[in-house]
Formats: sequence, C-alpha cells, structure tokens
Amino acid sequence: MIDQKEITINMGPQHPSTHGVLRVILELDGEKVVKAEPVLGYLHTGIEKTMERKLYYHALPCTDRMDYLSPMSNNLGFCLAVEKLMDIEVPEKVKWARVLLAELTRIKSHLVWLGTHALDLGAMSMLLYTFRERETIVDVYEACGGQRMMTSYIRIGGLAHDLPVDFDKKVRTVLEQIPKGMSDYEKLLTENEIFIQRTKNVAVISAEDAINLSLSGPMLRGSGIRHDLRKANPYSGYENFDFDVPVGQNGDAYDRYLLRLEEMRQSMRIIKQALDGMPEGPYRAHVPGVVLPPKEDVLHKMESLIFHFKIITEGFKPPIGSVYMPIEAPKGELGFHISSDGTNRPHRVRVRPPSFINLQSLPKLTEGRLLSDVVCAIGTIDIVLGEVDR
Amino acid sequence: MDIRERLKQYLKTEFAEVVIREECFRDQDTFYIKPEAIFEVCKALYENDDFQMRYLSEMTSFDWLGHEKEKDGRFEVVYILYSIANRNRLTLKVNLPADKPNIFSITDIFAGANWLEREIFDLMGIEFEGHPNLKKILTPDELDGYPLRKDYPLTFEQPYFSWNKNEPPEVIK
Repeated sequence: MIDQKEITINMGPQHPSTHGVLRVILELDGEKVVKAEPVLGYLHTGIEKTMERKLYYHALPCTDRMDYLSPMSNNLGFCLAVEKLMDIEVPEKVKWARVLLAELTRIKSHLVWLGTHALDLGAMSMLLYTFRERETIVDVYEACGGQRMMTSYIRIGGLAHDLPVDFDKKVRTVLEQIPKGMSDYEKLLTENEIFIQRTKNVAVISAEDAINLSLSGPMLRGSGIRHDLRKANPYSGYENFDFDVPVGQNGDAYDRYLLRLEEMRQSMRIIKQALDGMPEGPYRAHVPGVVLPPKEDVLHKMESLIFHFKIITEGFKPPIGSVYMPIEAPKGELGFHISSDGTNRPHRVRVRPPSFINLQSLPKLTEGRLLSDVVCAIGTIDIVLGEVDR
Repeated sequence: MDIRERLKQYLKTEFAEVVIREECFRDQDTFYIKPEAIFEVCKALYENDDFQMRYLSEMTSFDWLGHEKEKDGRFEVVYILYSIANRNRLTLKVNLPADKPNIFSITDIFAGANWLEREIFDLMGIEFEGHPNLKKILTPDELDGYPLRKDYPLTFEQPYFSWNKNEPPEVIK
C-alpha cells in the first residue's frame, strides 16, 4: 500500500515558465496544491542601495534595469519623482511625448506578457507573432534613445534628445501593425477551446482580496475595480487624453487576458491622440543648475557650458524631505519614493515594485488548485524578476 | 470641507495625543504618529466609512544615521494609505529608536503588508511584532547585517557572511 502523504516539490528557480528565477515550494496532495510558498531573491542586486551612492542623474539608468520589459515607464516614474522633489514643471511637448512613449511601453510589455503566457499554456506560435509586432515598437525606441532595451531616454526635466525626424512615421507604422497582429491573436486565442479551458475560472481572486493584498494594475482591474492612476490621480498630462479603463468581471486569468488586450487598444487611442496633437516647443525644461541645458547651447554659450559641467560633476541639491510619486506602469502601481537629506545624492530611493506586491497573491491564487494551474497563475500575474528582486 | 481637510481634522481631534506633528511637503500630507499607536490609527482609518483608507499603497523605511533628523529616532517607517473611493493618499510616519527598532505589524488589517514588512525586516532590520511569518525575503539566509542601513560597509565583496565574519573584507570609505 502506498503512503498517501503530501509531497513537497521545488518549482524553479530554473523552471522555464517561472519567467526568470522565481522559486516556488509546493506541497502537493496528489496533483492538488496544498501550499505554495514563493522564494525570492535570486536576482537581488541591491539597486536601491546602488542608487543611494549616485547623483540623481546617474541613478536614472538603474531604473531601466529593474523592469527591463518596460524601461520607459520606469524612467518616467523616477523622473516625475525627482521633478516633484525639485518642483520642476516640464514643457507641454515633453509631457505629450512622455505619455506617448509610456503607452508604447505598455503595449510592448503586454505583448511580451501575451507571448510568454500563451507559450506557458502550450500555444507556442504566439510568442513568434507577438515578438514580430514588438519589433516595430523596439524600432521606435532605437530611433529615440539609440538602444533597444535600456533606453534611459526620458531624463530629469525632459528628454535626452529631441524626438527623431522619422518619429511620426515610425509610430504610425506601429499603429498600423499592432491592430493587424491583434486580430491574429484574437483568432488564435480568444475562442480557442484549450486556452479557455486553461484560463477560465483559474487563478481567481475576489475584489476584496485584491484590495486587501494591495494588488494593482490588471490584477486589480480584472476583479472588477475600476482603479487606474492615470484617471484617479492624473500625472504628466493624462487628463488631456480621452480613454477608457476596462475592467474584468470574474477576476480569473481569462478576464485578465481580455482586459490586457483592451488596454492595448486604449493605449493605441492615446498614442493616436498624442501623435496628432503633439505640441511644438523645447524638449527640456529651462531650469539653470538643475536640468541639463540642450547640447546646442553647451557648444555656443558660456553659461550653459558651466551649468552642464556643474550638473555632471556635482549634481543638484534638493530640499530636505521625501516624496512618493506613483504611476500606472504596465504591471500596476509603480511608485518611486525618494527621500532627500539635502545633499546631492538621494538619501534613499525606494521603489514600490508592482510585480513584487502582485506576486504576494500567488498562494491565494493557487492553493486548492491543480499543479498545472500554478503555471497559469504565475503567467497571469505578469512578473519580471528583475523588478521583484531589484 | 473637502476630504483632505476632513481627514486632517479627524486625525488632529480623534488622535490628538498620538499625533506628534504634521507636515505638508510638495502637496503630500504627512503625519508623524507615536509608534505604539500605528495599529489603532490604521485600523480606525480602515474602518471609517467616510475616509475608506482600505488600500495600503506603499510601506518603507529610512535610516537617518548621522543626520539632524536622528534626534527624533534613527529609523523611520513610512506607511502610505490610499482610498480608492476618494482617490486620496495619506502618509503616516513613525520614528523608532536605534537600539530596539520594534513596531507592531499591520498585517491583520492589510494582508498586503506581509511581504513589505518582511522586506523592511530583511534590509533594514526593523522587527514587526505579531507578523505571521517574519523571515528574510530578498537576501541570502547566510548574510548577516542589514544592507540598507547607513552603517553597512560598502565594499566590492559582499561582507559579513557567516563564513567571513571574523575577517570581513576591507571597508571602502
């Protein structure tokens, strides 16, 4: 007679469907999960501590490396927090360009999520299709920041350079390609019997639990709570744009899939509006001693050259105090909490990582379910381990 | 009176004896609370039907070693509560002494505080009483010390593992 006791297995950290180095200790009773305990820290690099030792400008590239699938959103969050700390108002053009880039980032992040989530659930071809469309967005990144992933394009007080000459054309290519791709995805997944079986009524979380666990982004909205920081506490000029906040009903993985697709459509609406109404003007705020002067001025004006040199070598000194600036990143509420002690280096930079806090719900989503649902639950939370562990 | 003013008034009257001072920096309302009262303040704000502070937006800690703020207490734990219904945020801060930084856990009110408190315990060494599972979350088990404290040595090697405790690597000032 076989002893029917629970067994403990180790999923990860080298499991392909844990999206990185997540380790989950699972206690199983047959195929049913009794207890799931995530173990983190395999990618902990101490980014928060690193940023304490850097000038504000030099800390910016660290932010790209946290959520490496949505670098522009991370840049935006950090820059808005420093601008709030320094009380800088940026020009209209910068606001609109930032909104446009942040929404492109949302589409890019959701595309990678869609590809990998479907791949986990057995639809292998999806990854190829979503990466095909993602390529067009990466081209826009490359034209802007010169890099395809770690762009650091959004800077304190503005942008690194002016928008490239063919920016308009490249973004319109994105707007043409994504809807085409999305109709493909919908054909492949939305009515797909296997996909529905794997996601419907799987990884369910109620609205009360979602709020109590501090979940944010699609994880919160999937349970039917219409909360989006772009609408609730608009930043960077989001109040000028017309868009809807979709919500799910059942709070399961299938709802969150439909919700993320709808979010991509809404992002395209915002991008279209931002592109058509992009104002003219400078691409950086004029705040001597704090915001780097434009490169053309540095080459021709003595004062600009002096300021440029001083900012690069000494930085600037914000007043004593701490600010918290949350934005609606693709994965949820991404907050930068910067505390200044009056010197030119931040006293403490704390990142409120959306996927770290969303990952807390994993035991709730999986306990009492089958082992194969764990893969679906990890996928639907949409984690990036670079951000979870920092 | 708008919700922000009402909230300030409420804290100043109902919790007059535990609010140390209030501060508004960059349009962000902050209240300094006595550490022993943080649980009851959070619970009152959570249960109040007018304010509905039912979402723990963020929780973190600062170390003010060597700064003028150290005289209030070396460590500072920050709670940011959010009301989804009213769309407003409130910052609560508590100061804790250097020798025994202990505070009562708020996981009974906000389940989401679980990992946030574990992270603060791991990186800053603040202990949360009544936490269901207070253990390290990000750093390896054999790492001694609390990396986000200001007196943690900065070196190229990871210092203070249990195997090099007696001969830690050279400290770079």
